[in-house]
Amino acid sequence: MRRSGKSKAEVERSTGATIGAFDASFDVNRGEIFVIIGLSGSGKSTILRTINRLNEPTEGTIHLDGEDVLAMSTKQLRQLRRKKIGMVFQQFGLLPNRTVQDNVTFGLEVQGVGAEKRRKAGQEALGLVGLQGQGDKLITELSGGMQQRVGLARALATEQEILLMDEPFSALDPLIRRDMQNLFLSIQGEVKRTVVFVTHDLDEALTLGHRVAIMKDGEIVQLGTPEQILREPANEYVERFVEDVDYAKVRTAQTVMVPVNEVAYINDGPTVVLRRMRQFGLDFIPVVDEERRFLGTAEAEEVARLAERNERELGSSVDREAAKVGRDTSLREILPLFVERDVPVAVVDDENRIEGVVYRGSLIAGLTTSQESPDESESFDREVPQENAPNGANSGDRVRVRRIGE
Amino acid sequence: MQENLVPRIPLGQYAENVIDYITDTFEGFFDVVQDGLDGFVSAFEALLNFPPELVMIAILAAIAFYFAGWRVAVFAILGSLLILGLDLWEDTMLTLALVLSSTVVALAIGIPLGILAVQSRSIEAVVKPALDIMQTMPAFVYLVPMIILLGLGSGPALVATVIFAMPPAVRLTMLGIQQVPRNTVEAAHAFGATRGQTLLKVELPQALSTIMAGVNQVIMLALSMVVIAALVGAGGLGEVVVRGLGQLNVGTAFEGGVGIVIVAIYLDRVTRRLGQKRKKGGKGGK
Repeated sequence: MRRSGKSKAEVERSTGATIGAFDASFDVNRGEIFVIIGLSGSGKSTILRTINRLNEPTEGTIHLDGEDVLAMSTKQLRQLRRKKIGMVFQQFGLLPNRTVQDNVTFGLEVQGVGAEKRRKAGQEALGLVGLQGQGDKLITELSGGMQQRVGLARALATEQEILLMDEPFSALDPLIRRDMQNLFLSIQGEVKRTVVFVTHDLDEALTLGHRVAIMKDGEIVQLGTPEQILREPANEYVERFVEDVDYAKVRTAQTVMVPVNEVAYINDGPTVVLRRMRQFGLDFIPVVDEERRFLGTAEAEEVARLAERNERELGSSVDREAAKVGRDTSLREILPLFVERDVPVAVVDDENRIEGVVYRGSLIAGLTTSQESPDESESFDREVPQENAPNGANSGDRVRVRRIGE
Repeated sequence: MQENLVPRIPLGQYAENVIDYITDTFEGFFDVVQDGLDGFVSAFEALLNFPPELVMIAILAAIAFYFAGWRVAVFAILGSLLILGLDLWEDTMLTLALVLSSTVVALAIGIPLGILAVQSRSIEAVVKPALDIMQTMPAFVYLVPMIILLGLGSGPALVATVIFAMPPAVRLTMLGIQQVPRNTVEAAHAFGATRGQTLLKVELPQALSTIMAGVNQVIMLALSMVVIAALVGAGGLGEVVVRGLGQLNVGTAFEGGVGIVIVAIYLDRVTRRLGQKRKKGGKGGK
């Protein structure tokens, strides 16, 4: 992650018509996937395309790294598009008369990059999207999903740090869309671009977005993490919008886990542990080592048996196969773990230290309602690089875009 | 009484005055233009007459084979032999020269004009009605001043043919560029392509097959002018027909007509699939 990163673009947009002024403002942090979602005609694409001035706002300013995009000359704007902002389109926008390779390197070609360098960059980008060795094919020979991979590769080949994606997967059928989302996420993990992503598919928005802005009639009605939007819809519109969400996909372990108050250390004697479990009415207890690293789960019955036999060690009662998941694991992946046995699933951090436990009950509650689980007072924001949170140096990056009408 | 409703407008007189004025003022200039145009057509004619007939037939057949397949190649050979048999070879070459030279001029003016007209609304507003006039004004009307300005010969024939044949080049160039999917143009802009780059790398390649359809039409229209061109002394197959007409000689006119038909079929078949041929070639070449 870049420490110097101070990319913060805030776009504020208002319609100056007499009906009323709307504001739509947002920051995008470096390395973030920022999703704009709304029904057609809600202004989401308009805003996206304003960022690189494919749509020219009639009034206002856009700032990028402290530079005023709207004040740029045609020449500067061209450089901005060449070097800083790449784009992926819903209708792909590929050139049917060119090969895959020549499409991918189009951005470099207009920059005047030499053929040899272009070829290399093109092959690299094609490799990223899983199309290695297909550079000589014609665009017309490819399926829709493959074509959009080319579109993605074209945006990657130029290595701009910002990626604008205008409903890139909307034209694809659902199965392929899923593939592309996964592909995109894995590529993003590698290349770490700053992404502004427009979609009308809520599942897509919640799956991909670190933060999501919901738009209606040219206005942002809510901006927040996927969790915030699901849990605290700002108004009725958002509520209805998110009604049909598949919680299994969006919610993660940390949203339904119960924090662990009682653990058994591996060196504790069975009697001590049993006493503790009875005291708190626990059927299961996570067993950890001295550093709170998760080892397994012990069942009350097993511990009791050891205690009866006056065993000194807890070891043999520990089910070391007990399931554990990361805090970002989706409920959909956790669900199958409960199918065979009703053993709570441990939630661990990167160091394997126990953070909480998911019970069958809390999982089902998380799947069916927007009701809060016990520890929901905590923030569940997915981790977003936040080092460029607003600070003094950045205040100049505020952007104001005003536009009349839609 | 109706004669008095609107007084007689001496529009014809005005036109005559303008032509007179131009003739007087720019006489030297038009002499040069006339020589240039004549020379241009003659150059094509010389080029076509340079190879011996049989070699030329082979060349025509090879071109037909490359662009349109073996059937057209066979047709080219048989047609050429028929023309030879009718003793019309030189006339045919002259007609071909006239068609090709006026096509070259029409395209050289028409395609850039079409490109410009797409870029600018005001140019389009001027070009479109001008094209309508060029296509609907009877050729004889502008042949007369052409003769006055350029004398008899292939010069006025070339100009008249260009005027008549150019509109499809402009129109189909415009159409082709306008039909280019907006998203590809937009993508080019989004990646920082200049206007020129967008035109050369995105718009023209995708408009090519439509532009080529325009080329085909230009050629066919140019060919349809050969008889009229013969009236101003351009010679060629048109002249054979005109001669037949003047002498009421059905045979001569018919022979000339057959020659024109053969040339027409050949040119049409060869140029018809120019745009598509490229695509196919690209795929096959892989």
